[in-house]
Amino acid sequence: MQGDAALATEGLTIRFGGHVAVNNVTCSFRPGTLTAIVGPNGAGKTTYFNLISGQLRASAGRVLLNGRDVTREGAAARTQAGIGRAFQLTNLFPELSVRENIRLAVQARHRRGLNLLSMAESHGDLIAEADGYLEAVSMAHRADATVALLPHGDQRKLEVGLLLALEPEVMMFDEPTAGMSVDEVPVILDLIARIRAEGKRTVLLVEHKMDVVRSLADRIVVLHNGYLVADGDPAEVIASPIVQEAYLGVGASQHV
Amino acid sequence: MVRWLLSGDYPRGLALNLGIAAIVLALLFAPFLFPGTRALNTAATICIFIVLVASYDLLLGYTGIVSFAHTMFYGIGAYGVAILLQRYGASWGAVFAGLGFGLAVSVLLAFVIGLFSLRVKAIFFAMVTLAVASAFAILASQLSGLTGGEDGLTYRVPRMLTPAFRLMDEQLLGVTMNGRIIAYYLVFVVSAVAFLVMMRIVNSPFGRVLASIRENAFRAEALGVRTVVYRSLASCLAAGFATLAGALMALWLRYTGPDVTLSFTIMVDILLMVVIGGMGTMYGAIVGAAAFILAQNYLKDLMGHMAEATAGIPVLPDLLHPDRWLLWLGLLFILSVYFFPTGIVGRLRKSRQA
Ligand SMILES: Nc1ncnc2c1ncn2[C@@H]1O[C@H](COP(=O)(O)OP(=O)(O)OP(=O)(O)O)[C@@H](O)[C@H]1O
Ligand SMILES: [Mg+2]
Repeated sequence: MQGDAALATEGLTIRFGGHVAVNNVTCSFRPGTLTAIVGPNGAGKTTYFNLISGQLRASAGRVLLNGRDVTREGAAARTQAGIGRAFQLTNLFPELSVRENIRLAVQARHRRGLNLLSMAESHGDLIAEADGYLEAVSMAHRADATVALLPHGDQRKLEVGLLLALEPEVMMFDEPTAGMSVDEVPVILDLIARIRAEGKRTVLLVEHKMDVVRSLADRIVVLHNGYLVADGDPAEVIASPIVQEAYLGVGASQHV
Repeated sequence: MVRWLLSGDYPRGLALNLGIAAIVLALLFAPFLFPGTRALNTAATICIFIVLVASYDLLLGYTGIVSFAHTMFYGIGAYGVAILLQRYGASWGAVFAGLGFGLAVSVLLAFVIGLFSLRVKAIFFAMVTLAVASAFAILASQLSGLTGGEDGLTYRVPRMLTPAFRLMDEQLLGVTMNGRIIAYYLVFVVSAVAFLVMMRIVNSPFGRVLASIRENAFRAEALGVRTVVYRSLASCLAAGFATLAGALMALWLRYTGPDVTLSFTIMVDILLMVVIGGMGTMYGAIVGAAAFILAQNYLKDLMGHMAEATAGIPVLPDLLHPDRWLLWLGLLFILSVYFFPTGIVGRLRKSRQA
């Protein structure tokens, strides 16, 4: 089973002092599927992502990418290996332009960064590619704007654009639509739906809105207090008592 | 052609275009526009400091690295050339060997410092550079057999660069064409080329990565950029250009000592020039170095005249006494940082766009 997983975690654990934020999580993700990761605030979803993409080092357990152990590698190496990540808290290059943000991601993927003596502007192929991703997240009209001056919703779209530009095999979205206005949300959700339909990427999606999860996910994983408490078919998981109690029971009205 | 030379990075803004053009033209024709040893000395110092300040801007303004070891690399370049010229006589071979040796030592040192400390917090890196630079300054003054200690080294430079050498017998535009003119143009051309190469580096794909690291190193890592590699490389490059500036200074001054190369005062001057000119702009190095060195050299004179002119008035002559020039420079600095937090260049160009 683990053999054909694109991504897998085995006993993944991290402690912050006495607090165990992710506790012995074993889970694997098949290529071309979309898995929703849900759970109440503070459940450990973002921390789980940080452990997978290398922003945090595990206290115990392993992360496997196509069966290869990447637990000891840093974030940059894991990105190069194909684990891409969009952040819950927008995390961009604020004083650079929108296009430059994306161009940097494209440039990093093409490993052109050690080119010292040519003008960045003369690498037209990178700029053209970057413009394609700007189009995809409908940000082309703001290409020359300085990121720091963008409204929050546009920054969220750019956050997703950066992930797309990396073209990673594993794509992790951490509440991609949080803080977006109602007319911006469908842009991102359609995009994720299209990625899923193409079936070329393994997608992990943290999302609170249950209707979104139900329509997009092939499978739901529930985290609670750092533990994996449920895992399976969306309809089953949502209906299961443990989820009703652990997650949907409390504060369900905000999330559903 | 111009676009290629400037790597597509123009000063932007009328005032800035004119200002930069004026400074560059003044430096280009300095021997003819401002004859006299002192004026030529000021012009050469400006050229060399443009390279030194621009190389520091590569670190501070473009990569966001705070280092206090920049004068150490500058000193290594100066001492490299000085020691070889003194030991092996006034030959070009000694100059190039000194420069090559200096570059090798600097880049190696920068690499080792980077490797050991660029992973840690910025403040810790700054402390390490401060410690290494202090240790190096002490070492240089202790090894007096090699470095001349506190007295420094005086030596002869290739004959072509000395006042005794005549390029032609007649004067050109009223200026005697001696070896000092050649020395000046050597300094000018090497500085100009070094500056343009740095312009290219900051506008290259590599330079863009440096800017992304300055903006958000955490995210740069998440894009697959090994930031420590880029930071180390930026440190090595900055160290290399500082070394080149030091070698030029050694050639120009025909004297190298701790006070003109390794002193902490120069480190502070470099910082002031970067900040006054405008961090992360490259052109800021031209504006900052020109403004600061002119002030340093002529503010005293100006104040002397003003003190005389205000002789009858109470208090004012005391305030304007030439010995107070540092006070006024400090005041100018505070005002400029307050009103132009992005430096003169940052102020004159508007780069943010909504
Ligand atoms: N660097 C850290 N140091 C200490 N505690 C941390 C750290 N990062 C996360 N935690 C703690 O770990 C727990 C899980 O946090 P995490 O951000 O992963 O939750 P989450 O499921 O993403 O929640 P949300 O839905 O609010 O985004 C929280 O209690 C949090 O305070
Ligand atoms: Mg979270």
